Amino acid sequence: MLRDITLGQYFPGTSFVHRLDPRTKIIITAAFIATLFIGSNPVCLEAGAVFCAAAVIVSRIPVKMILKSLKPIIMILAVTSLLNLFLINSGIPIFEWKFIKITYTGLRTSIFMVVRIALLVAGTSLLTYTTSPILLTDAIERLMSPLAKIKFPVHDLAMMMTIALRFVPTLIEETDKIMSAQKARGVDMDGGRIADKVKAVIPIIIPLFISAVRRAGELATAMECRCYRGGEGRTKMRQLKFGVSDVLAILFSLYFMAAVILVNIFL
Amino acid sequence: MAILKAEGLTYVYGSGTPFEKTAVDHVDIEIERGEFVGVIGHTGSGKSTLIQHFNGLLQPSSGKVFLDGKDIWEDKKNIRYIRFRVGLVFQYPEYQLFEDTVYKDIAFGPRNMGLPEDEIDRRVRQTAEAVGLSEDILERSPFELSGGQKRRAAIAGVMAMQPEVLILDEPTAGLDPKGRDKILSKIKEYHRNTGCTILLVSHSMEDVARYASKILVMNESKLFCYDEPSAVFGRYDEIIGMGLSVPQITRVFNKLKNRGIDLHEEVYTVKYAAELIANELRKRGKI
Ligand SMILES: Nc1ncnc2c1ncn2[C@@H]1O[C@H](COP(=O)(O)OP(=O)(O)OP(=O)(O)O)[C@@H](O)[C@H]1O
Ligand SMILES: [Mg+2]
Repeated sequence: MLRDITLGQYFPGTSFVHRLDPRTKIIITAAFIATLFIGSNPVCLEAGAVFCAAAVIVSRIPVKMILKSLKPIIMILAVTSLLNLFLINSGIPIFEWKFIKITYTGLRTSIFMVVRIALLVAGTSLLTYTTSPILLTDAIERLMSPLAKIKFPVHDLAMMMTIALRFVPTLIEETDKIMSAQKARGVDMDGGRIADKVKAVIPIIIPLFISAVRRAGELATAMECRCYRGGEGRTKMRQLKFGVSDVLAILFSLYFMAAVILVNIFL
Repeated sequence: MAILKAEGLTYVYGSGTPFEKTAVDHVDIEIERGEFVGVIGHTGSGKSTLIQHFNGLLQPSSGKVFLDGKDIWEDKKNIRYIRFRVGLVFQYPEYQLFEDTVYKDIAFGPRNMGLPEDEIDRRVRQTAEAVGLSEDILERSPFELSGGQKRRAAIAGVMAMQPEVLILDEPTAGLDPKGRDKILSKIKEYHRNTGCTILLVSHSMEDVARYASKILVMNESKLFCYDEPSAVFGRYDEIIGMGLSVPQITRVFNKLKNRGIDLHEEVYTVKYAAELIANELRKRGKI
């Protein structure tokens, strides 16, 4: 169950997308998200879907994995689509029964929103699938480094992110283990009333917190023992480098997105 | 009839991902009631995965698991009751402690079973004693205890459910030799007193040789063999080839054999070894 959470999971590979500089991928993903949000015309979403699909094909990540990344948000998608479907009452009605009224506009908006959210998640998942968490935070640190001039703690933030990302799988594994252990003592995780479910969470949460705090303490000690003292004067083992393919990818993507947004404005 | 039985049991982790891994591969086994089974195998051989099938924490990718002749997955809703009958103590079980007193933590399992309060009280005190925790510890917070005490409290938490089959995954990992012996002898005592079936996963051949009546050997996700200790340790070369070891005394006897002193017996406990040597010396008229 918990293993379905694929966000932040990295699938090693050597495809074109994998080899791009992580900064390139972040910039393109940001542009992609912006396009999705600015675009109010279905054409924009279609273009976005094509772009996303192309990226998935080039990255050679199995389509199944992309679909899996959508699994945790199925509920959100369902609720969004239902709300839009039933609450939008303007436009040409296509179905009416007692107080239920479905209009063409409602149906359109409903599909539009679902596709938009799905693309959003699929696009960002592709980023994390093809980029190791360490490279990702390195890239974020570099992209945000101008902010350090105004005393923004860029390095600290990046370090926090690295650590958080690093511990996501560990915590998931730990949760799984604790859940199994408590299930073995008869905790009823599936089924039962809401009150029972809430009660079943306590034997999981408490050991999890305790172990998270313990781990944090151990990590802090380990970092201090290695003389960690923040980002000042610290050099990087991996230097990020923009290559020709990065320039090409960025130019292509940004042109593509710009074109889509222009189409949206003028259509 | 066998209390536990697996038929073609196979389990695949992360099927459909690049990390796919068959952790248990077509295991067929029958374990008789009352047996004390030592489960051994190299790291990653699938021991932990295998035992989690016996109380329905993992559902086989294919194959079946029977408890007392009944397929445990026949009725999914009843899987919780299977877990009361087959108790499983995980590796490092102290991380599952969560209540504010040791008493409440041990009572957690029995309470989930829906037992009456007086029965719960009786079981908590009885198992606490069985694992060697004194009365005054019961009212303390589990987080104030020493590592060994926590371990025993966690084991008691499962024992208190009085399962017919008790499975322990490396219950002595990370303990000092004294703590190890204490826990193992308590488990053995529990086995003797209740006549339940025990599966004990361990990396220590000495411990397995000392306590087990049968040994289950896992090798690279497959069941290598399930047999009497003497038969298992008799396959000396194969066991060593798997990266496992045999009890020191078995190694000594093997060396003796290589030097021409063949006692024609599979030896795995020091006590038996001493008898054999004494006999041999007597035969040769040395004592
Ligand atoms: N939750 C999991 N997800 C994916 N793979 C796993 C998981 N748990 C175990 N595995 C893999 O399955 C195989 C068997 O693991 P298992 O934990 O059963 O071994 P083990 O015999 O108990 O080893 P050890 O002696 O180290 O405890 C290993 O290769 C391991 O990497
Ligand atoms: Mg294990």
